[in-house]
Amino acid sequence: MFRILDTYTLGPKMHYMLMEAPLIARKARAGQFVIVRVREQGERIPLTIADYDRQQGTVTLVFQEVGKTTCMLGAMKKGDVLLDLLGPQGNPTEIEKFGHVAVVGGGIGVAPVYPLARALKEAGNKVTAIIGYRSKEHVFWEDKMKAASDNLIIATNDGSYGRKGFVTDMLKELMAGAEAINVVFAIGPAVMMKAVCDMTRQANLKTIVSLNSLMVCGMGMCGACRVTVAGKTKFTCMDGPDFDGHQVDFPELMKRLESYKCEECACQSAG
Amino acid sequence: MAVEKKAIPMREQSAQERIKNFNEVPLGYNENEALQEAARCMQCPKKPCVEGCPVHIDIPAFIKALKEKNFQKAIDIVHDSDSLPCITGRVCPQEEQCQAVCVMKKLGEPISIGRLERFLADRDLDRRIKNNAGSRPSSAARGLKVAVVGSGPAGLTCAAELAKKGYDVTVFEGYHKLGGVLVYGIPEFRLPKAIVAAEIDLLQELGVRFVTNALIGRALTIEDLFKEGFKAIFVGSGAGLPNFMGIPGENLIGVYSANEFLTRVNLMKAYTFPEVDTPVKRGKFVAVVGGGNVAMDSARTALRLGAEKVYLIYRRSEKEMPAREEEIIRAREEGIDFRLLTNPLRYIGDEKGFIKQVECIKMELGEPDASGRRSPVPLKGSEFILDIDEAIVAIGNTPNPIIARTTAGLKIKRKGEIEADDDGKTSLPGVFAGGDAVTGAATVITAMGAGRKAAAAIDAYVKQKA
Repeated sequence: MFRILDTYTLGPKMHYMLMEAPLIARKARAGQFVIVRVREQGERIPLTIADYDRQQGTVTLVFQEVGKTTCMLGAMKKGDVLLDLLGPQGNPTEIEKFGHVAVVGGGIGVAPVYPLARALKEAGNKVTAIIGYRSKEHVFWEDKMKAASDNLIIATNDGSYGRKGFVTDMLKELMAGAEAINVVFAIGPAVMMKAVCDMTRQANLKTIVSLNSLMVCGMGMCGACRVTVAGKTKFTCMDGPDFDGHQVDFPELMKRLESYKCEECACQSAG
Repeated sequence: MAVEKKAIPMREQSAQERIKNFNEVPLGYNENEALQEAARCMQCPKKPCVEGCPVHIDIPAFIKALKEKNFQKAIDIVHDSDSLPCITGRVCPQEEQCQAVCVMKKLGEPISIGRLERFLADRDLDRRIKNNAGSRPSSAARGLKVAVVGSGPAGLTCAAELAKKGYDVTVFEGYHKLGGVLVYGIPEFRLPKAIVAAEIDLLQELGVRFVTNALIGRALTIEDLFKEGFKAIFVGSGAGLPNFMGIPGENLIGVYSANEFLTRVNLMKAYTFPEVDTPVKRGKFVAVVGGGNVAMDSARTALRLGAEKVYLIYRRSEKEMPAREEEIIRAREEGIDFRLLTNPLRYIGDEKGFIKQVECIKMELGEPDASGRRSPVPLKGSEFILDIDEAIVAIGNTPNPIIARTTAGLKIKRKGEIEADDDGKTSLPGVFAGGDAVTGAATVITAMGAGRKAAAAIDAYVKQKA
C-alpha cells in the first residue's frame, strides 16, 4: 500500500499527487516512470515521475484524467492509498553537457520536463524551456519551470496566457534566432512530439522524445509497449522511454495509443 | 494377479462444456480411482521413473504408501523432493519424464504418476487449509538472510528449500501478485490460481517473506541486496521480452505477444472486463502462431473469450510440436483449427491500424537442423490469406534483461541468458541463478529442479563463508 501524502487539482482534469515511496525516491531520476494500480480490479498504467525527494522519501505524480484509472486517481484524497506502485522504471534520460538545450513540454508533459530541465541545468547546460498549454486555466508549474531554466517561453493555443500559438511556433522562432541549439528534448502528446520532430528533422537538430506507449507489465516482459524506431521494434519500458525522435514511427504509435478506445468507451458508459 | 494394462482415466469437463468457461479441465482422481491406479504399480526394483523425474521424487515409495492408504507418508515423500506438488502434478510433462520410462509402458499404459501426485497434493492442501484456516505465518527471527529474486517456480522452490534449512528467506517479486509464470502465464483452466496462492501461503507458514512491487535491478539492485545484509542471492527472474518474427504488420492493433495476451487474461483477469479495468481484444477469428504449450494456452484462451474460429499456425508438422501431447489433444478436441506446415508472411491491417488478415505460406520439411528437427522450407507459390481480427505470436521469449543490464560483472550469454553452472553458480560470488533466466524458455519442473539445486549450493556457499 502506498499513501497519498497530498493531492490537489492543477487545472481542468489535471492533478498533482505526492506519494510516500521511499524506495522509489531513493533511485528515481529524470525520465523514469512508475506503474500504478489503484485497486484490486485495477489495471496497471505508467505515469511519469514528475519530481522526487530522496530525503523525504516521496515521488510526485502529475496526471490528466483520460481513462478509467486516471479518473479514479483524480477522485482520490489525501490519506488514501494506492494498492501498487512500481518503480522507478525505464532508463533515466542521459544527461550530458550539451551546451544550449531546448526543452519542450506540452500540456501534462510539462510535468516530466521539469526534473529534466533541472537536471540539464545542474549539468551546466543553458536551458531554454518552451512550455505550451491549451489555455490559461491549464497552466501549471510556471514558477518551477522558471527556476529550472535559464529562459522560459510560455504559450497557449488560444493566447489567453503567455504568447499565442503552439510550442512548435515558439521552437521555430528559437531555431531561427541567433543562438544555436545543440539538442532538443520534447515531452507531450504524441502529435506534439511528432510536430516537433518533423520540424527539427529538416534542420538536422538532434531531438530526444519520451514515449508514452500503452503498457501492461512495464518491466520487460509483455511487449505491449513496442514501438518502431529506425525500422526496428523496440520496447518502451526496456529500451526507452527516451528515443531519437527522428527515428520514431509516430503514426504507428498514435494508432496503437487508440487500441482500446472502443473498450474504454464501453467501460466508462458501463460505470 | 493379472496386471491391469490400462490406466484409470481421469474425469474431465467435456470439450463442449469447457470452452465456455475458464474452470480447470481435468478434474482429478477421487480416492477410489487413485487407489486403483496405484495398485497397477509393480514396485519394480530398477525405479527408472525416479531418474526420469527432474527433481528425483521417490515415486515407487510414495505410490506404495498411497496403496497402503498412508496418505500422510505418501505426500511427505513427495514433499522431500518437490515443494509444489499441486502445481507439478498438473503442469509437468510426465509423458516425457517419469512416465516415459515406466516399466508398465512395455505392457500397456504407464502408471499415471502425475495424477497420483496431484491426488495426494490436493488432498494434503485441503487438509492443511482446513487445519490452518485463519492462522498466520510466524515470522520470528531466523537464521542467515538469503534473497530470492522472482516468485515463479524456480524462486518458490529455492525459497522453500532454504526455509526448510532454516534460512531467513525474502522473495522479491516485480509484479503486484506472487507466482510468476504460474499466475501470469499458465491459464486458470490448466492451473487454478487458488492452488498457486495456497502453495504460496504454505511457504509463508514456513517463514518465507514476500515483497511485491519490488523489481530487482531498478528500485534495488543486486549490489543493494548484499548491502542490506543478504548473504546470497538466487535469481529466478524468468521470461523477458517476447520474440517476434520480424515480418510486416506485427505492430498492428490486435497483434499480441502470447506474453501480453496471457498476462492480460490470467494476471489482470481481462476475461471479466469491464468488471476489471484491463481490457483484452476478443477476436472472432484468431490466428495463434507457434507450436508450444504457450501457443496451445493462447489458442484455448482465445476460444474461451468467444472466438468463432481459432487457427493454430505452425511451420513444422505435429510431430515436431514442442507442446505436451495432452494439450495438443485437448486443443484439437476443443476445435482449434491446426494449420500445420504453414508460416505467416505478413499481417495486413486497415487504415486505422487494426489487423484484418494474415498472409501465410505452406512449408515442407527439409533437412534436420541443429536441434535435430527437420527444418521447414517454404513452398513457392503456395501463399494464401486468412481473414482474422486478432493474432497471437507465441514463438518464445528472451530471458528477462533487467538484472543482466544492471548488474556489473554478471556474465551473460549471447541471447541474454545468465551464465550459471549446474548448481546455479554465476560469475559473481554469492549470486546464483536458475530457471528460464538461465536456460531460456523451458518447463516449470526444470525451473523447480534448478531452484532446488541452487538452494543446496547456496547452503554450502553460506556455510563455507560463515
